[in-house]
Amino acid sequence: MHINLNTLLLYTGIMMSGAFIPASVAEELPRWQLNMPQGVTEISRDIYGLHMAVLWVCVVIGVIVFGAMFISMVLHHRSRNKEAATFHENFWVEVAWTTIPAIILIILFIPSMRTISQMYDTQAADIDILVTGFQWKWKYEYLGEDVKFFSNLSTPSGAIYGIENKNNHYLLDVDEPLVVPLHKKIRFLITANDVLHAWWVPAFAVKQDAIPGFINEAWARIEEPGTYRGQCAELCGKDHGFMPIVVKAVSDDEYRSWLAERKRQTAQERTLMAQQFSLEQLVERGEKVYQSQCMVCHNANGKGIPGAFPSLVGTAISTGLMNDHIDIVVNGRAGTTMQAFGSQLSPLDLAAVITYERNAWGNNMGDMVQAIDIARFINDAKQ
Amino acid sequence: MSESHHPTGIKRWLYTTNHKDIGTLYLWFSFLMFLVGGVMALVIRAELFQPGLQLVEPNFFNQMTTMHGLIMVFGAVMPAFVGLANWMIPLMIGAPDMALPRLNNLSFWILPFAFFMLLSTLFMPGGAPNFGWTFYAPLSTTYAPPSVTYFIFAIHIMGASSILGSINIIATIMGMRAPGMGYMKMPLFVWTWFITAYLLIAVMPVLAGAVTMMLIDIHFGGSFFSAAGGGDPVLFQHIFWFFGHPEVYIMILPAFGVASAIIPTFARKPLFGYHSMVYATASIAFLSFIVWAHHMFTVGMPLVAEGFFMFSTMIIAVPTGVKIFNWVATMWRGSMTFETPMLFAVAFVILFTIGGFSGLMLAIAPADFQYHDTYFVVAHFHYVLVPGAIFGIMAAVYFWLPKWCGKMYDEMMGKVHFWLSFIGLNVTFFPMHFVGLAGMPRRIPDYALQFADFNMISSAGAFLFGFSQVFFLGIVLQTILYGKKARSEVWDNPHGLEWTLPSPPPYHSFTQPPQVTMAHASPR
Ligand code: HEC
Ligand SMILES: [Cu+2]
Repeated sequence: MHINLNTLLLYTGIMMSGAFIPASVAEELPRWQLNMPQGVTEISRDIYGLHMAVLWVCVVIGVIVFGAMFISMVLHHRSRNKEAATFHENFWVEVAWTTIPAIILIILFIPSMRTISQMYDTQAADIDILVTGFQWKWKYEYLGEDVKFFSNLSTPSGAIYGIENKNNHYLLDVDEPLVVPLHKKIRFLITANDVLHAWWVPAFAVKQDAIPGFINEAWARIEEPGTYRGQCAELCGKDHGFMPIVVKAVSDDEYRSWLAERKRQTAQERTLMAQQFSLEQLVERGEKVYQSQCMVCHNANGKGIPGAFPSLVGTAISTGLMNDHIDIVVNGRAGTTMQAFGSQLSPLDLAAVITYERNAWGNNMGDMVQAIDIARFINDAKQ
Repeated sequence: MSESHHPTGIKRWLYTTNHKDIGTLYLWFSFLMFLVGGVMALVIRAELFQPGLQLVEPNFFNQMTTMHGLIMVFGAVMPAFVGLANWMIPLMIGAPDMALPRLNNLSFWILPFAFFMLLSTLFMPGGAPNFGWTFYAPLSTTYAPPSVTYFIFAIHIMGASSILGSINIIATIMGMRAPGMGYMKMPLFVWTWFITAYLLIAVMPVLAGAVTMMLIDIHFGGSFFSAAGGGDPVLFQHIFWFFGHPEVYIMILPAFGVASAIIPTFARKPLFGYHSMVYATASIAFLSFIVWAHHMFTVGMPLVAEGFFMFSTMIIAVPTGVKIFNWVATMWRGSMTFETPMLFAVAFVILFTIGGFSGLMLAIAPADFQYHDTYFVVAHFHYVLVPGAIFGIMAAVYFWLPKWCGKMYDEMMGKVHFWLSFIGLNVTFFPMHFVGLAGMPRRIPDYALQFADFNMISSAGAFLFGFSQVFFLGIVLQTILYGKKARSEVWDNPHGLEWTLPSPPPYHSFTQPPQVTMAHASPR
C-alpha cells in the first residue's frame, strides 16, 4: 500500500487534536499560541514591542553564554583536553562583563519608562467606567449615565463538570458584557467590594488590581471593533477562575443607541417595582436570580458546601421569620462571604429570590414578599 | 572513647547536638516534605490535565496551591539547605562542630511540630489555608477559613527555627574557623551561607510581624489591612514582599555556593573570579532588599516607585550575570568529566539562567502588566526554584553523600535520575511560558480551551518529574545500605578541608584544628 507523507501527517494531526480537544471546537480556537497578543491599543503594541525587545536581548545573550558552555563541554572534555588550564582571574574580563550588561539594561530602561508613564497618564478621559470586583463577578457603572449592571459568568456548570459540551468561549462568556465605543479615551476606575481582584483584558494591556477601599485608574483607547475577553488576575477565593471579563468595542453610534436602550430598561424596571406579583411569578423570577447570584455558594440544591457555605434548607432563617431572612440577604453578615445584596440587586430581585428560597427545596413556607416591602425595609434601616 | 557516650536508638536523634546528626535530620525531613509538597503539586497538575473540573473542587484546589507553595518553600528547600550547612560548614572551615549545639537541636526539633500543625489544617472544618502561599489580605484575614490561626502559629515556629539556625551558622563561621582560614579564604558555600544567614535574620522577623498583624486583625479587632478601619490591604503586600524578595535569594544563594564547589572539581580547574563571586553574592543580597515592589507593579503605586523598582530589579541582573559568566569561565579550558553532581550543576547554570532571563523580562514594568499573575510568572519562579534550588540540593547530595556515609552511589543510576528529572522539569515548566503569554492566569482550577494542549503536556511532565524523585530515594537508600566503600577524597583531587577527613568523617569532625594550607583554602 502506498501512503503519502501528507496524508500521514494529516491523520496524525487529526488524532492529536482528537486527543487534546473535542474535534467539534478544534477548528476555530487559536491553539498552540506561543506569544503575547499584540492587542488593539497603542499601549498594548508598545508593550508587545518592549516584550519582544527584551526577549531578543535574552536570546542573544543566551546564544553566547550557552554556546560557550556547549563548546567548552565538547572541546574541554577530559577525553580531549587532558591537562586543565590554571587561570582563575582576569580583571579586565570581569570589568567587561559587569559594564556591558549594565549598559544594555539602561538602554532597555529608557523606553520602558516612557511606556509606563503613558500608561499612568489617565487625564482627560472621554468616558469613565467604575469597575468593582465582587466575589465572583464584576460590576460596571457608567459614571454620569445612570447605567450600572453586574456581569456574571454564563458558562453553564454542566459544561464545567463535563456533562455538556464546552463551547469556544468556555469560561470566557458573561451574561452581560461591558460595551464601549472605539477611538475614545476610556478611563476605568477600578475597586473591589470584598477581597482583592484584578481587572485584566490582555488585548488592551490593562491589568489593574481592584482593592477594597481604594480606587485605581487605568485607561484604553481601542482601535478595532470586536469582542475582547479577559479574566480576574488576582486570587480572590473559590471561584477566582470563574469571573471572566468580556468587553464589546463598537462604533460610537452603536454605543449611543446601546446606552439609550440600557437607560430605558432601567426606567422600566423602576415601574415594575410598584407592582404586586403572585407567588408563582416571584418564585419563577427568584429562581433565575438565585442561579446567577447565590448558587455559587449555596449550591443549586440549596445545601451549600459544608464547612464553608451554609445550607438554606429548613434552617432557622429560611423557614423562620420573614424579617430575619430579608435582613441577612439585604445587609449580609459582616466578616463572612455573605455580602450585603441590598446594594447589588433591585428590590424586585431581592423580593423574588427571598420568596424563592422560602418555597424551594422543600421549604414550603407558602409566604412571599413584594418589592415594595423590601424598598420599605431598606428605607427604614436608613432612618 | 569520645564516641561512646552518645545515646543510641531514637534518643540519639532526639537528644543529638552533633552537627552531622542534625544535618542528617534536616535533610531527611526536607525530603519528606518535598514528597508531601510534590504530591500536592501532582493533585494540581492532575486537575489541570484537561479543561473542566474532574477531580477536586475549586476550594480544595486553592488549598493545594497554597500548601504546595508553603511546604516547598519552608519545608523542603530551606531545611535542606540548613541541613547542608550543618553537615558541611564545620567540615569546610575545620571546626569540631557547630558553635551552639543545643540551639542546633532546638532549631531542628521545633520544625516537625510546625509542619504537623500546618498539615493538620487540611482536616479542620473549612479546610486548610486557601489564600495562596503569599497570603494576601483580606483574603487571608477577614475572608480566611478558621484554620488560619494555626497557619499563623506554624509560620511563627518556622521563623523561629530559621532565626536560631542562622544565629548558629553566623556564630560558627565567625568563631570557629581553623587558624589560617581567613574570610577571603573560605569556600564559597560557606560565604553564600554566611550572607544567607544575615538575610534570614533580617527578614524572618518581618514575616513574623506580618502574620502577627494578621492575627490582630482576625482576633483582636485590628484593621491593619482593612480600609474600612483605616488600614490598607496593600500594606500587607509591602511587608510580605519585603520579606519575600530576600527570601527567594535565601533559597538560591546556598545553591550558588554548591555550584561553585562542584564545577571547579569536575573541571579540574580553580574557580574563576573567587573575589568577584563573593562581591557579587554580597551585592545580590543588598539589592534584594530594595526590589520588593516589583511583585506589585499593578497595585497602583506612584510612577516614581514603578521606575525605581524597575531599575533596581534590572540592576540585579548584573551581579547575577557575573556569577554565570564566572562559572562558564571556570569550565573553559578545563578537563571536564560529567559525573552526576556535575550534570546537576551544569543544568543548574543553564536552567537558572533561563529563569533569570524571564526574570529580566518581568522586571520591565510595562510588560509586567501583561505577565503579572499569569503562568509566565509560574514558569519563571519554577525555573529558578526547581533547577535552581532543588537541582542545587541534589547536586550537593550526590557530591557529598559519599563523604557523609562513606559509600559511593551508583553512577549509572544517578545519571538516569538526572536525565529523568531534567526532561520532566522542562516538559512541565517550559510550556507554562507559552500559556502565560497567551493569557492564562495563575491559581485557577480550570481554564479556557485554547490553553488545553500545553496544560496536558505540563501535567505529563510533572508526573515524570515526580516519579523520578521516588527513584532518587531508591538511589540514596541503596547507597547507604549497599554502596561500595568511598575514599576520603571521593573525587579526583577535590579542593577543601572536608576531603582531608575519612569518609565517613569521625563523630567530632576536627578535634584538632587542621593546618590550612594553600591546598585547602580558596582561591586555590
Ligand atoms: C460568596 C458566597 C455567598 C453568596 C454568593 C451568597 N451567600 Fe448567602 N451566605 C454565605 C455565607 C458564608 C453565609 C453564612 C453567614 C454566617 O456565617 O452567618 C450565608 C448565609 C445566608 C443565609 C442565612 C442562612 C442561615 O440559615 O443561617 C441566607 C438566607 C443567605 N445566605 C441567602 C443568600 C442569597 C439569597 C444569596 C443570593 C442573592 C446569597 N446568600 C449569596 C455566602 C454566600
Ligand atoms: Cu476576582
